[in-house]
Amino acid sequence: MTIKEISDIINGKVLCCPEKMESRVEHAFASDLMSDVLTVEKENVLLITGLANLQAIRTAEMSDISFIIFARNKKINGDIIALAEETGIMLMESPFSVFKISGELYKAGVKPVY
Amino acid sequence: MQFKYKIAGGDFTNAGNASSAVKKILKQLNIFPAVSKRIVVALYEAEVNIVAHAFSGIIEVNIDESRIHIILDDKGPGIPDIEKAMEIGYSTASPQVREMGFGAGMGLANMKRNSDQMLITSEIGKGTRVELINYLRTDAAE
Repeated sequence: MTIKEISDIINGKVLCCPEKMESRVEHAFASDLMSDVLTVEKENVLLITGLANLQAIRTAEMSDISFIIFARNKKINGDIIALAEETGIMLMESPFSVFKISGELYKAGVKPVY
Repeated sequence: MQFKYKIAGGDFTNAGNASSAVKKILKQLNIFPAVSKRIVVALYEAEVNIVAHAFSGIIEVNIDESRIHIILDDKGPGIPDIEKAMEIGYSTASPQVREMGFGAGMGLANMKRNSDQMLITSEIGKGTRVELINYLRTDAAE
């Protein structure tokens, strides 16, 4: 599924790196616990999280995760967006909860990591 | 080659900067991505531990042709019971650390799983030394 299709499903607003809209992603992982995210070995994974801070971006960078959806309209500050731009990680925000985003994307065929 | 990074305890804004720098170095050296990922995940958990628990720390990264040897030395409270600290779910992290998305008692296990060798020594009231060793493989070797 493309990021554009995912964005449409979750009412996503792109915060960084819109050039990745046509990229494809097969798997997603939802967590607010970064140590949990760091156990993900699969590549090309989408992270769904409510944790809107710099460590979410750093964790994605270390885990080779290129796409993050922030749930429930978190306040995403400029430092977070700047770090995402620097590390090439695409950010989207969604008004939906982690549960709803996960449910909708699962229904649409995005696969779980575990 | 050797690289050194200073880490400030409590500085969550910059937590991960050293790991990010090492990730870039490994990329320049064409280290196989799966090998590089294990190294930076282990290092990042270790770096966050210094920020979360210690007053200050120094990360020394030594890379030669066959392996990367990372030494993380911190000045801090030390770990009273390393075996206990290794247990998954055991954590002494502050609420602030938990707000950052850590402190679930998974860090040391993540470090162990993602390193080929891990050594922890600690002195109460002085600090902790963590050594991480990983053997390298470059893209060219594939």
